[in-house]
Amino acid sequence: MPEMTKPRPKFLTLYQIRLPLAGFVSILHRISGAGLFLLLPLLIYTLQASLDPQPAGVAAFQAIKGNFFFQLFLFGLCWAYLHHFCAGIRYLLLDVHVGIEKAGSHKSAMIVMLVSLSLTALIALKFMGVM
Amino acid sequence: MKRIVVGAHYGLKDWIAQRVTALVMAVFTILMIAAIAGGATSSAEAWRGFMSHGAIRIASFLFAVSLFYHAWIGIRDIWMDYVKPAGLRLALHVLTALALIGYAGWTLQILWRL
Repeated sequence: MPEMTKPRPKFLTLYQIRLPLAGFVSILHRISGAGLFLLLPLLIYTLQASLDPQPAGVAAFQAIKGNFFFQLFLFGLCWAYLHHFCAGIRYLLLDVHVGIEKAGSHKSAMIVMLVSLSLTALIALKFMGVM
Repeated sequence: MKRIVVGAHYGLKDWIAQRVTALVMAVFTILMIAAIAGGATSSAEAWRGFMSHGAIRIASFLFAVSLFYHAWIGIRDIWMDYVKPAGLRLALHVLTALALIGYAGWTLQILWRL
């Protein structure tokens, strides 16, 4: 097939590429996944501390839970899980040919962004005792 | 076809595994949200009691195994996309796999110590 060997135009200037929303969701899926992987030791440690009959972890959590940067980190973590979850569901639907047209794909990418961000906001509000 | 030692095994297996593990984790996530809504985290005792229930322990373990296998495929794909020298890539693959196997042992210990 001649078109397989034709040189393709390459444009890889990252800061000039304008991604469509679906592309944005895609790279965020990768970034959130990598972030969750890097934080796995912390997450497993948290599971361990939460199940420890000695309440040492509780005092440490009480001391830190009002800290702005801790909250930013915690809500960022929630967003990473939620985004990875929602974008993952979107990929599973694309696999079974749901929403593969341009308009549907853009719409589902929008839904992924809106749902993961609003659920993160809900969790944040709940955590800070606003709700 | 030119095959390198740290290639992707060129098959459907990982693609399928990534989706099956995702579904297992999605189901477990919904289950946990329902449990939390039902008061599983209302106190430290309630949480320990919930997590030491036999079926929940097995479900948590399946979630953890799915997570670590899913992470292996995902992180390996990242290394394959961005790290081209085969030696460095192999080293990163080995470190990733060792870390995930270690996490699996640690999680198993946490769940079965309850």
